[in-house]
Amino acid sequence: MAMFENLSKRLEGIFNNLGGQGRLTEEDVNAALREVRLALIEADVNLKVARQFVDRVKEKAIGADVMGSLSPAQQVLSIVNEELVEVLGGVEGDNKLNLGGTPPQIIMLVGLQGSGKTTTAAKLANYLRKQGQRPLLVAADMYRPAAVNQLKSLGRQLTIPVYSEAAGADPVEICVNSLDYAREQANTVVILDTAGRLNIDERMMNEVINIRDRLHPREVLLVADAMTGQEAVHVASDFNQAVSLTGMILTKMDGDARGGAALSIRTVTGVPVKFMGVGEKTDALEPFYPDRLASRILGMGDVLSLIERA
Amino acid sequence: NRTRQIFGRLGNAVQETDTITDSLWDELEESLLGADVGPSTTLWLIERLRQRVSDENLQTGSQVQYALREELSTLLGKSSSLRFSKQSPLTVILVIGVNGSGKTTTIAKMAYRLSQEGHQVMLAAGDTFRAAAIDQLQEWGNRIQVPVISQKPNSDPGAVVFDALQAAQSRGSDVLIVDTAGRLHTKFNLMEELKKINKIIQKFVPDGPHELLMVIDATTGQNALLQARKFAEDIGLTGVVITKLDSTAKGGFAFAVADDLGVPIKFIGTGEKVENLMPFEPQNFVAALFA
Ligand SMILES: Nc1nc2c(ncn2[C@@H]2O[C@H](COP(=O)(O)OP(=O)(O)OP(=O)(O)O)[C@@H](O)[C@H]2O)c(=O)[nH]1
Ligand SMILES: Nc1nc2c(ncn2[C@@H]2O[C@H](COP(=O)(O)OP(=O)(O)OP(=O)(O)O)[C@@H](O)[C@H]2O)c(=O)[nH]1
Ligand SMILES: [Mg+2]
Ligand SMILES: [Mg+2]
Repeated sequence: MAMFENLSKRLEGIFNNLGGQGRLTEEDVNAALREVRLALIEADVNLKVARQFVDRVKEKAIGADVMGSLSPAQQVLSIVNEELVEVLGGVEGDNKLNLGGTPPQIIMLVGLQGSGKTTTAAKLANYLRKQGQRPLLVAADMYRPAAVNQLKSLGRQLTIPVYSEAAGADPVEICVNSLDYAREQANTVVILDTAGRLNIDERMMNEVINIRDRLHPREVLLVADAMTGQEAVHVASDFNQAVSLTGMILTKMDGDARGGAALSIRTVTGVPVKFMGVGEKTDALEPFYPDRLASRILGMGDVLSLIERA
Repeated sequence: NRTRQIFGRLGNAVQETDTITDSLWDELEESLLGADVGPSTTLWLIERLRQRVSDENLQTGSQVQYALREELSTLLGKSSSLRFSKQSPLTVILVIGVNGSGKTTTIAKMAYRLSQEGHQVMLAAGDTFRAAAIDQLQEWGNRIQVPVISQKPNSDPGAVVFDALQAAQSRGSDVLIVDTAGRLHTKFNLMEELKKINKIIQKFVPDGPHELLMVIDATTGQNALLQARKFAEDIGLTGVVITKLDSTAKGGFAFAVADDLGVPIKFIGTGEKVENLMPFEPQNFVAALFA
């Protein structure tokens, strides 16, 4: 909503009304942080995560010396931005896949229905092949109509092999069998495309737990839609509890979603965002950089570059 | 179900307080924000309720809760069923939305429902882009015994729709439901493609499409409103379907969407099976927030 489109303007307004001379007072900071909290929620950060975040910012902001060249509003924004980058993984980030050890290494993709798992599986295979790996895709979704064909068709486009079994096969067995196949074919990395499932669907959650227990995947990645709202925390913590996530991939970042869900997921699970999906094509995958998402969540690349120049 | 707990707690807290306290307002705000109602709508609602408290001299928490339910229902508008053509023997339903929201599945569910009611339904496989999207619709068609008109992958979706309109007319179908590829509302070319499909339908049936339904995933947050606005602006909407309400998400964006665009919510999806589609009931939707 237009109301929150320009956080920096709103903050300027607040500081103009308040004293805010020389040093940020608690009163200034409280008023500003209410705006920040609402802006975060507008960006789909979970409200509890937003409150926790704002509390951390508050400690740093109160009493901070106002730098000569920055207005109090810019000062608060820069503290908010720094803290966001920090929580999202630091300036360096942590976007590397962990695939060392004896091949084949296994990557399992999990997530809600329609989040982008199958497409991301193909993108990842494509990405890893460019890095010299020999990927095998595994079609472990036996529920969604034509899910196997979808993966096969993507595999064909990329000339990357897809392991699949006939209708009626058990997803856990498919995954187990795919490993034998991968060893035979000297594949170095196996990517498991699992069916979409709700975190509250016990039977379906048991299925991914079984796959995890039988195959011990090196990477268990939650594929999450950048447009996800407040539910992201529940989804992430339930999946994390069930299968111990090692990372997440944020899809559909080519739209105009702010992507605050990533902050929620990162906060409740502690796992890093490893990649972003930025389109429907099989090459539309980018490594994740915390600073980019931070300014997107705040909706203010412009202001941040202002601060950098100051 | 945690979100429900928040509201459950609210329900209790509200009933237990006989006075209207600051913490009641805080809790209200939290509950609405936590259900994806969004800051703007939430702040507006709270403001409105505060006004009512003073205008109507409301005294207790439960009075406030009752007033909130009223306000929420008003935002949603009336329930509304599918619109059929009065002029032409063929009713055309165009289904649109962002990627993965549940369009194809919802189409299968609607087709199933309509054929159970005695309609002769046909489906058009207008998503020629996504891998195996055609196969997916065909498999649904087989399951529910509804014919699917399709062409090869990557062919022109407009041509598929044209074919399907002809086939529906010549075979005497009375409902044609058109599946389209998922598209983010920010993609200019894809939105133009949709306008083209819309025009082809209008050439065939001048009063069509009789429904332009946008499918939104209940787990979506505040982006839902941006999506709905852009789709409404570019080609118009006659209704919204909210899918995946079997999740723990509340779909609170629905209030802003319905109010802002004046477009009714027609159905909700509550699972992956063909039976899991229900007509939208504003009262039930609001009640679910407090369940
Ligand atoms: N624009 C865009 N679309 C994407 C992206 N990733 C996936 N999609 C699209 O999102 C839709 C759903 O993707 P799928 O890969 O089928 O999702 P899924 O998680 O496998 O779905 P289920 O198997 O049904 O749970 C498709 O239309 C994809 O093309 C992305 O990064 N950007
Ligand atoms: N739990 C649940 N899953 C649903 C519901 N509706 C659809 N799905 C699932 O969501 C996923 C995506 O559904 P699709 O119908 O393929 O979505 P779509 O909008 O056609 O996707 P694209 O064509 O790729 O844009 C599938 O796994 C469906 O089974 C629902 O009401 N509840
Ligand atoms: Mg899939
Ligand atoms: Mg589809």
